Amino acid sequence: MNSQAAVELVGVDIRYDTTALHFDCTIEPGGIVAVAGASGSGKSTLFHVIAGFEEPDRGEVRILGKTMAGRAPAERPVSVVFQDNNLFAHLDVATNVGFGISSSLRLSVADRARIDDALDRVGLDGFGTRLPPTLSGGERQRVALARALVRHRPLLLLDEPFAALDPGMRAGMRALLQDLHDEENNTILMITHHPDDVRALADSVLFLDQGRIIAHDPVERFLERRDVAAINRFLGNE
Amino acid sequence: MFAPAENRITITAGAVGLGGILLFVGLAIAALLLQSGDFGNGVLFDAYIWRVTRFTLLQASLSTLLSVALAIPVARALARRTAFPGRVWVLRIMALPLGLPVLVGALGLIEIWGRQGVLNTALAELGLQQPVSIYGLFGILLAHVFFNMPLVARLFLAGLERIPSEYWRTAANLGMPPGALFRFVEWPVLRGLLPGAAGLVFMLCATSFTLVLTLGGGPAASTIEVAIYQALRFDFDPPRAIALSALQIVMTGALLLALARVATEPAQSATTGRASRRYDARTGLSRASDAGWILFSLLFIGAPLMAVLGSGLRADLVKLAGDPSVHRALITSIVIAVLSALLCVGVAAAMIRAAGTVVARRHAPTLARAFASTVTASTSLVLLVPPVVLGAGWFLLLRPFGDVARFAPAIVVAINALMALPFVHRILAPAMATHAARTDRLTASLGIHGLHRLRWIDLPPLRKPLLMAFSFAMALSLGDLGAVALFGSQDMVTLPWLLYSRMGSYRTTDAAGLALFLGLLCLIFTMLGTAGDRRLPEGRKT
Repeated sequence: MNSQAAVELVGVDIRYDTTALHFDCTIEPGGIVAVAGASGSGKSTLFHVIAGFEEPDRGEVRILGKTMAGRAPAERPVSVVFQDNNLFAHLDVATNVGFGISSSLRLSVADRARIDDALDRVGLDGFGTRLPPTLSGGERQRVALARALVRHRPLLLLDEPFAALDPGMRAGMRALLQDLHDEENNTILMITHHPDDVRALADSVLFLDQGRIIAHDPVERFLERRDVAAINRFLGNE
Repeated sequence: MFAPAENRITITAGAVGLGGILLFVGLAIAALLLQSGDFGNGVLFDAYIWRVTRFTLLQASLSTLLSVALAIPVARALARRTAFPGRVWVLRIMALPLGLPVLVGALGLIEIWGRQGVLNTALAELGLQQPVSIYGLFGILLAHVFFNMPLVARLFLAGLERIPSEYWRTAANLGMPPGALFRFVEWPVLRGLLPGAAGLVFMLCATSFTLVLTLGGGPAASTIEVAIYQALRFDFDPPRAIALSALQIVMTGALLLALARVATEPAQSATTGRASRRYDARTGLSRASDAGWILFSLLFIGAPLMAVLGSGLRADLVKLAGDPSVHRALITSIVIAVLSALLCVGVAAAMIRAAGTVVARRHAPTLARAFASTVTASTSLVLLVPPVVLGAGWFLLLRPFGDVARFAPAIVVAINALMALPFVHRILAPAMATHAARTDRLTASLGIHGLHRLRWIDLPPLRKPLLMAFSFAMALSLGDLGAVALFGSQDMVTLPWLLYSRMGSYRTTDAAGLALFLGLLCLIFTMLGTAGDRRLPEGRKT
C-alpha cells in the first residue's frame, strides 16, 4: 500500500437494487487520469464514492493516505466539476467562484482579488458580474474550473466536463485544463466518452465495464490494447 | 443532501410536521369515535341521514355532469379560436372563480339569478309570473357549475392545446369533416382527461359546504357536511354529527380511491399558451358556434362577478370602511390567514424536504420509505377528513374544557392550514425537487449548509413558488367559512362570517360592499402569488 497515493479504493463494494459494483485501485498523485467505459459501467458511481456523495457498503476510500469514512463531501480534499448545473444560476459569476473560498461568502478584499485572478486564468476576465444563464456552455465550465482553482484541493474530479461543448470549444478547454494542471500539479480524474480526450490529455486510463475496473494502464499502453472487446469498442477498433 | 447532521435535522423537522398533522387529525377522529356510543340506537340508519346522503350524491353527480358537459364545447371553442381580441382576458376571467371566496361567488349568483336578480327582473318584465328560484337543488347546481365548469374547461383546453400541430395539418390534408375530427383527434384526448376531471369535480361537489349552506334553502337540500354543522351548531346532536362524519369519511375515502384509479393524466390545469393553427375553424357555422359558447362562458362567469362589483360599488363603502366590526373582522381574518399560511408553507416545505432526503438514500430502510410515503399522503389527509369533520371532532374534544370559542383561533388556523396543504404541496413539491436535484451535490461538495444555504442557495430560486404557495394559502384562509362556522363567536368574527351574518340579517347592501372587499382581497393575493406563472392549483372546496 502506498500511503502517498492520491486515491486508494480498497475492496469498495456498492450495491443497488439490481446491480453490484466493486472497485479496487490505486491512483498515483500528480497525473491526469481518464475514467472511461460504456454508459452504466459505474464511472459516475466511482466519482460519487470518491467525492463522498455515496458511502460504500463495504471497503475503504483513502485520499492522500487518509481514510474518508464518515467524512462529508466538503470535508474531503476534493473539488468536483459536474457535467452541468455547476453554477447557481441566480448568483453572479464572482459569487459562484467565491463559494470556493468561503461557503458562507465571507470574503475579504484579498479573496476578491483571488477570484478576479482565477477568472483571469480561465480567460474570463471581467465576467464577474455576469449571471450564468448569459454565459455559453464553455464559459460556464470555465467558471467552475476557476472555482476549483481557488479551492486549492489536491484532487479534481471532472464529470464529463466537455460533454456539452462543440469541437472547437473542447479543444480550447482541453488546452486550458492542461495549463492549469501544469501550474497546480494536482491530480485530475476526468470521466470521458471520447478517445480524443484520452489521447490529448490523459497520463493514464481507468477503464470500467459492468461495475468493475477492468484496466488501469498508462495511456500509451491503453491505446495499444486490442485484447478486450469493451476497450476496442471505446477506441473504435471494431 | 449528503451531510449526515443536516439530514438528521431535515428528517426531524419533517417528522415533527407529520406528527403534528397525524395528531391533529387523529385526535379529531378519536373524539368522534369515543363519543359514538349512541350508534347502537340506529342513528346511522336514520331516514334523515340517508336522505342527506342521497342528496349529497345526487347534487354531486348532476353538478359533475353539467360542469363537464358544458366545459367540453367551451374548451373546444377556445382551442379552435387561437387568436381573437380579448382571448387572454376570457381565459383570465375563467380563472377568477378559483381565487374567489365561495361566499362572494354565491352572492354574485344571487345578484343575477335571485328573486330580485337581473334575470328574474327581466323575466318579470317579459310577463313571466313564476320567478326562477336560486335556492335548493337548482341554486346548488348553478353555483357548482359556476365554480367547476371553468376549471374543467381549462383542463380540457390544456389537453387540446397539447395536441401536436401536425395532427391538425394531417386532418386538414385528409379533409376530415368536423365529426371525424372530434371523434379521432379531440375525443381521445378529452376521454383521457375525463375520468380525472370528473372525479375531481365530483369530490369537490360531494364535500361542498359553503355553497350548500348559502343556497341550499333548508333541510330538503342539505349535504353531509352541512348536516354535520347543523347537528352540532343548531340541534346539538353529537351522535348524529358523529354518524354523519363517519359516513363522510367513508364516502370521501371511496371517492379518493376511485380518483386515484381513474386519474391518469398529470394534473396540469394551465394552458400551455402555445396554440396550434386550426384549419377547421374557417366555416361560418364553426365561427358562430364557437362565438356562442365563448360568449356563454363569458356571461355565465363574468355576469355574477360584474354584479358583485356593481352592487359592491353601490354600497356605502365609506361607512363600511369606518365600521369597527369590519375592522375587527378584517384584522382577525388577516391574522388567521397569515398564521395559517405560514404554518402550512412551513410544514409543507419541511415535509417535502424530509421525504426527498429519505428517498435519496440508496439503502433507505422500509421504515424510511414508509415515512416518505406517509409524508406525501398526509398532505392530502384533509381531502379524506374534511374540515367540517375535523371541526366536529375538535368541537367534541374541547367541549369538556368549557366554551369551545376560547380555542377557536388555534383550531381555525390549524384547519385552514390543513385545507391549503394539498394545494401548497402541489405547488412546492415539484419546485423543491428540481431545486434539490440541481443544487444538492454542488452545495454538499462546497460545504454550503444551514442558514447560509437557505439564504444564498435555496430562498432566491424558491422565492416564487414559496410566494405563490403562501398567497394561495392566505387567499384560501381569507375566504373560508367552513372552519369558522363551527367555532366562530362574537369574539371571533372573520370577514366571510361577517358577510354571511349580514346576508342572513338581510343587510344586503352591507353584504355587497363586504363581498366586493373580500373578493378583491382574495383575488389580489391569488394574483400576487401567480403573477407570471400559468400554473394554478386545480380545484378547491366550495
